[in-house]
Amino acid sequence: MGGYPRSPRVDALRKTLLKLQEHNFRSRVRTVTDGAATGLAILSTVLVVAPLVAIFIYLIYKGASSLSWAFFTDIPKPVGEAGGGMANAIAGSAMLLGLGSLIGVPIGISGGIFLAEYGRGTKLANAVRFTADVLNGVPSIVMGIAVYSLIVVPQGHFSAFSGGVALGIMMVPTVCRTTEEMLLMVPNAVREAALALGVPNWRSVLAITVKTASPGIITGCMLAFARVAGETAPLIFTAFGNVGWSSRLDEPIAALPLQIYVYAISPYDEWHRLAWAGALVLIVLIVMAVSLVRYVTSRGVLKGAS
Amino acid sequence: MGVGIEVTNLNAWYGTNHTLQDINLNIPANHATALIGPSGCGKSTFVRCLNRMHETNPIARVTGTVVIGDLDIYKDCKPVEIRRRVGMVFQRPNPFPTMSIYDNVCAGLKLNGYTNRRALDEIVEKSLKNSALWDEVKDDLKKKSGASLSGGQQQRLCIARALAVDPEVILMDEPASALDPVSTSKIEDLIFQLKAQYTIVIVTHNMQQAARVAEKTGFFLNGRMVEFDSTHKIFTNPSDKRTEDYITGRFG
Amino acid sequence: MSSNVTEIRINQVQFQPEPGAPGGEPPAGGEPYEVSAIRSFLLARGNSALADRGFQWLMVLCALTIFGIVVLIASELVIRSQLAWKTFGFDFFFNAFTDPYSHLRMYWDPVNGHFSALPFLYGTLVSSFLALLLAVPLAIGVAVFLTEMCPGVLRGPLAFITELLAAIPSVIYGLWAVFVLVPLLREHLNPWLMKFLGWTGFFGDDNPTGLGFVAAGIILAIMILPIVSSLTREVMTAVPNSQREAALALGATRWEMIRIAVLRNARIGIVGAIILGLGRALGETMAVTMVIGNSPEIHRSLLANGSTMASVIANEFAEASGDLHLSALMEIGLALFIVTIIVNAFARLLVWAVTRGAPASTH
Repeated sequence: MGGYPRSPRVDALRKTLLKLQEHNFRSRVRTVTDGAATGLAILSTVLVVAPLVAIFIYLIYKGASSLSWAFFTDIPKPVGEAGGGMANAIAGSAMLLGLGSLIGVPIGISGGIFLAEYGRGTKLANAVRFTADVLNGVPSIVMGIAVYSLIVVPQGHFSAFSGGVALGIMMVPTVCRTTEEMLLMVPNAVREAALALGVPNWRSVLAITVKTASPGIITGCMLAFARVAGETAPLIFTAFGNVGWSSRLDEPIAALPLQIYVYAISPYDEWHRLAWAGALVLIVLIVMAVSLVRYVTSRGVLKGAS
Repeated sequence: MGVGIEVTNLNAWYGTNHTLQDINLNIPANHATALIGPSGCGKSTFVRCLNRMHETNPIARVTGTVVIGDLDIYKDCKPVEIRRRVGMVFQRPNPFPTMSIYDNVCAGLKLNGYTNRRALDEIVEKSLKNSALWDEVKDDLKKKSGASLSGGQQQRLCIARALAVDPEVILMDEPASALDPVSTSKIEDLIFQLKAQYTIVIVTHNMQQAARVAEKTGFFLNGRMVEFDSTHKIFTNPSDKRTEDYITGRFG
Repeated sequence: MSSNVTEIRINQVQFQPEPGAPGGEPPAGGEPYEVSAIRSFLLARGNSALADRGFQWLMVLCALTIFGIVVLIASELVIRSQLAWKTFGFDFFFNAFTDPYSHLRMYWDPVNGHFSALPFLYGTLVSSFLALLLAVPLAIGVAVFLTEMCPGVLRGPLAFITELLAAIPSVIYGLWAVFVLVPLLREHLNPWLMKFLGWTGFFGDDNPTGLGFVAAGIILAIMILPIVSSLTREVMTAVPNSQREAALALGATRWEMIRIAVLRNARIGIVGAIILGLGRALGETMAVTMVIGNSPEIHRSLLANGSTMASVIANEFAEASGDLHLSALMEIGLALFIVTIIVNAFARLLVWAVTRGAPASTH
């Protein structure tokens, strides 16, 4: 703007124009930044979803081709022979999970009942809750070697019992916390109604409060179940695995995730195929459980309690 | 038949909050007694002291004597026992959500171990008839859940549930305040009929309601009972100026 | 009395119920036999104080088993690791030995009874931090997208997918990593890294297999993504809307609003979520064992094979040769236990501080 006579008005105009240019520039930068941030966020989401999709597709592709009726009925064949299945591993997992649930579910639910009904607000309850959360973060392999030390060493052999115990103590904190959360959702009016009728406290807790929350409690158990169903590490040194059928509590027993692991790190292609098939079966079961849980909770856990 | 309630020097605290101060009154048997007063004056707390529900709050404390019939409820028996003889209906209807209508009504009996099926059928029918709900639900007793009824029906269901254990006293904490006018008038009809058999204590915000159903009325203010007399006298010729101010609408 | 009062005069004679109204006249005295039967039945019931107290104590006992489990694990680990502790002392975590024949530095020598946990500490830390480096930006990005930017229709399915990632068992991640990820690294990524980033000294020419820290870091990152992202979402949602509105009302763009109002307020909670992810990464066993190469050595290169505390236990425990070997593994397990407890406790405290004691989700 040189050459023009300098006058206060022109100077003021110049200042305003410069400010406007700066403002436009800055607001453009701000807009661009906003767009870039949005783009990055979308990119992150894509990058997160992609592996999941990739894993699933690969699992289905590789696993489905290896699935056959024999998979569900045969036990593993010796190395070199084609065919064979993981029937014993599936059955073994079922037994281990049953044992684990037998230990984990009652203790967990009872702990949850204490946290919600008897200990609400007390320091003890806070300590229990905190410890349960922290226990949920302990690596499962540590649980495994602890149970090894506790049960396998004195017994002198690996066993389905020790595997069940390892899975059971993994379920306790999870079931306890979800039970507490579900019980806290039962409106107080329901508890008061039961008490005002002269129902003994223990009966009111069980027959009214727990019963009202039971859909949620069951889904909590299913979640814990699904989580523990895929655990391998605690079983390596407790249940140990078995190439044949086993139904005794004091013998080593096969488990689906354990078998997948052993086959996956083996050098045999045939076993790799079986590993993929087993992985597909395992993931289908887990996804079904998780989806069921989500479906039940989204429909409203408590029937009409308002 | 109902029994009378004698309250002597009742004091109640929630933590450090002295909610009820030196309450003394005699509630007559087989009558309906209304308790009126502005919000927060302690009427609900008082009623909850009569069946020891006040103690379910861990920071609650009570001193004084309450004698229901011949029983000093704070000395002679445990809370569970008194609650079987004194029924309660709450402000918001609270039927048990997982139970059918039938199960709701006989919940107080079943959960206390009563198993005679045929007797239960009769009790359910009688209670529902006494709470004016029978005709509306008699076909769906076991099929419909308690929570699927309308608000007024739910409250009558709660009344039936309270009646089924055959109490001597029925406490009602603003039973119609959450309901529409039609349901409210049905509930008031009910109270009018029930008081022949039971002693009824009803807390209400609605002075007209107190005048309609109760023979005696007590006026509560700031944790004290200001006046307790026949309803007629309270509403036409109250002795205390504070009572007069309240019923003429100067406050509350 | 003033005239106001007389207006409220109401006839004490209440209105009669209409004839035929439901209920009608109550039966005079009812069926007395039935009535008093109920009353006497209920009067005869005890006050069940014993049952109440017994039930309460049973519940308390079960809640205390949580403490019992922790004590149990700790005591078993401490007892079994006594041997190694007495033999090596605290230096167990820092020692290095010299192999008598090759004169190379060795850390883990079951044959000669020399055990040092240093390579496993190194491996755990390196793989976990690599995983955090990869996962945290992505997790925050996903959380930001899902909380602030996502159209409502997509939110449910996408959140579901992210949660599904958390449900996949470790061994399946490992399976996929071994047969898909590792070949990918071997053929494509690792040579690229060596070529373009080799000058940093972290991508040396050690390992043609595709296994190693990079593989472990990537698969760990995928595994801790869901937990970091869902907790971040939780703390972001806990930021009150009034903060967002205040920023927008000042003329902020959407990203500026997120940065100023949401992320700044949720800072502490996000740190907590990251630490929780770290806690998970520290203890992750199966997938890491399958791709990290399982060599008890320390190399600077991220492409080299290595081992973590969890993976060495998984690999060697079942066939441990001798009591000292087993005890050394137990001591590593004890260290892992203590570290994960501290990290998780710290993280939970942070998350709790932000969400104010709302029940923590069961991750």
